[in-house]
Amino acid sequence: MSRFTAWDSGEARAVLRPHGGAPDAVLPMLQALQARFGFVHAEAVALVAEAVNLSRAEVHGTISFYHDFRSSPPAGRVIRLCAAEACQAVGGAALLAAARVLADGGDVVVEAVYCLGNCALGPAALVDGALVGHLDAERLAALVQGCAVAAVQVPR
Amino acid sequence: MTLRVFIPGDAAALSVGADAVAREVAAEAARRGVLVEVIRTGSRGLLWLEPLVEMATAQGRLGFGAVRAGEVAGLFDAGFPAQGHPRAVGLVEDLGWLRQQTRLTFARVGVTDPLSLGAYRAHGGLAGLEVALGLAPAEIVSLVAASGLRGRGGAGFPAGIKWQTVLGAGDGQKYIVCNADEGDSGTFADRMLIEGDPFVLIEGMVIAGLAVGATKGFVYLRSEYPLAERVLRQALAVARDGGVLGASVLGRGPAFDIELRIGAGAYICGEETALLESLEGRRGVVRAKPPLPALAGLFGKPTVVNNVLSLAAVPWILAHGAEAYAALGVGRSRGTLAVQLGGNVRRGGLFEVPFGMTLRAAVEGIGGGTRSGRPVRAVQVGGPLGAYLPDSLLDTALEYEALAAVGGMLGHGGVVVFDDTVDMARQARFAFEFCAKESCGKCTPCRIGAVRGVEVMDRILQGVERARNLEVLADLTTLMTDASLCAMGGLTPLPVLSALRHFPEDFHRPVG
Ligand SMILES: Cc1cc2nc3c(=O)[nH]c(=O)nc-3n(C[C@H](O)[C@H](O)[C@H](O)COP(=O)(O)O)c2cc1C
Ligand code: SF4
Ligand code: FES
Repeated sequence: MSRFTAWDSGEARAVLRPHGGAPDAVLPMLQALQARFGFVHAEAVALVAEAVNLSRAEVHGTISFYHDFRSSPPAGRVIRLCAAEACQAVGGAALLAAARVLADGGDVVVEAVYCLGNCALGPAALVDGALVGHLDAERLAALVQGCAVAAVQVPR
Repeated sequence: MTLRVFIPGDAAALSVGADAVAREVAAEAARRGVLVEVIRTGSRGLLWLEPLVEMATAQGRLGFGAVRAGEVAGLFDAGFPAQGHPRAVGLVEDLGWLRQQTRLTFARVGVTDPLSLGAYRAHGGLAGLEVALGLAPAEIVSLVAASGLRGRGGAGFPAGIKWQTVLGAGDGQKYIVCNADEGDSGTFADRMLIEGDPFVLIEGMVIAGLAVGATKGFVYLRSEYPLAERVLRQALAVARDGGVLGASVLGRGPAFDIELRIGAGAYICGEETALLESLEGRRGVVRAKPPLPALAGLFGKPTVVNNVLSLAAVPWILAHGAEAYAALGVGRSRGTLAVQLGGNVRRGGLFEVPFGMTLRAAVEGIGGGTRSGRPVRAVQVGGPLGAYLPDSLLDTALEYEALAAVGGMLGHGGVVVFDDTVDMARQARFAFEFCAKESCGKCTPCRIGAVRGVEVMDRILQGVERARNLEVLADLTTLMTDASLCAMGGLTPLPVLSALRHFPEDFHRPVG
């Protein structure tokens, strides 16, 4: 079961409509599309470009600049693991490597992010919109297996 | 009698189970027929003690640290409030960690319900705005200048001078832009403030608007902070309902409103001109300066760009006077600094003190040394572009000039602790890797230099022609320092060269 709606250009137009037509709406538009469909479909480039009166190249350039935008739907649960310095200091790099092995071939997506603002309680991860602190190999494995985030949020 | 229980709703507290504890407190109270009111607050910043549950008593709030949901029933068994319980930490306000602080900006964080405008007012909120409404714009700017407030985003530029420039830039459309991109590793003060006391940021932005003649503000918040986004969105709605924002500020002032925009995962968008590009809907590519954003910023209009903490310091300054603020601190670093302790540290969190505390007092005293129990080997101050400092430099004061004098920078106040298992050559490699990932691509020294830096560090790590590659490293870092357009490329050599200078042995380790 997916939290996202299957791509539909009619629905995409409806998502874009409330954002008006000013060029500074491009990021909010792309974010709204990704929130609805889980990614920014190739067809969305033309829709956004048309809505704000920019060239497709410009809109495409914007999309490709930002790490957040996906060009295909995520295969499953997204685990965003912090790979920045404060988490490195408590074993974050090894955890990231372990996560990549655990997730390999499965339907979990592991992504490195650089700081989640939880640097005192690292290693940190962001899963299903919630922050997890003091992550370790065991809890990571539970997350990969689909365990609820709340179940791994416990103090040390 | 209803028992009042305070439980943080801050994202860091949630990351270690605060929500489950809050649910369990409510459920257990219901099972026992005890009347309990659970109030969700921000975090006091004692993050190692989260979830920190506080009970109101006649003497003050009694704390229970690192509570697990499964322990809640036991707390009730011991008789609520359970003094002497193993999790009890005593009266929270009496904890040394809080008593050693001077909480001006963070005064309400962890204390009040972040979305209650009533609680905000009752705890001194809006007093600064009331003062500002009785002053001329130039008087507000003078006060901010006299306070000595410097930008907390990293560069430490005097806020008063920036505001003066925007005030003097004619009568047309102007903007207040709050930089809430907080990308530096080791920093979380902006997040904690937005989640714990969003109204103080809103109040600061309104005052900035009054001061320079802007009627519109934007907050650019990073996408990695979904909870802060939710809290701020709600707070903006509450502030509009309460008349703090809208057609006339508090019914007496000019119009001011704030729009929240979310970033899209690009570190460089914390750089102010890249941020403006991003707000305008484009790639976050750094603009050449001049023109200064203060004269030609958002949509080409005069714009104040300030960090969250810079803006949030302003209400206190207006309410208590510029002299009171300037009386704190050392040298040209006036007021308070929100020190954020992270990484391999036993007691990590946020504490607000006047500028000038030594790094050693922070890391060893407040932080209690490493979490692993091993010796502290290096401390990185100021985020990914900040220097790595060895033990011999821990007596440096946490203030702009003292850190610059030892080849470092204060940045946004993040202090990241590493124990003796760290490989500093790997950290140097990471600095280049990060720069390569996050470079906006506008100038060659940074875009190409960072990639070359990774390659050179790889050869050094592999023991390939070390002497020659260390020379290449020196040339490369000189080029990046001298010829990069912005501090991303320009300061990446700082962590690299500080690692090399203070920990040369790590660059000469036998391979294998
Ligand atoms: C690469 C880079 C990243 C930056 N990231 C941030 C940031 O996340 N938050 C911030 O407030 N300032 C950041 N800055 C500093 C801003 O460019 C700017 O100086 C600041 O927003 C001005 O506000 P202040 O004077 O209140 O500090 C960054 C600068 C650079 C070069
Ligand atoms: S130094 Fe790097 S981030 Fe800064 S303008 Fe040049 S390429 Fe962009
Ligand atoms: S460095 Fe990992 S959360 Fe900040």
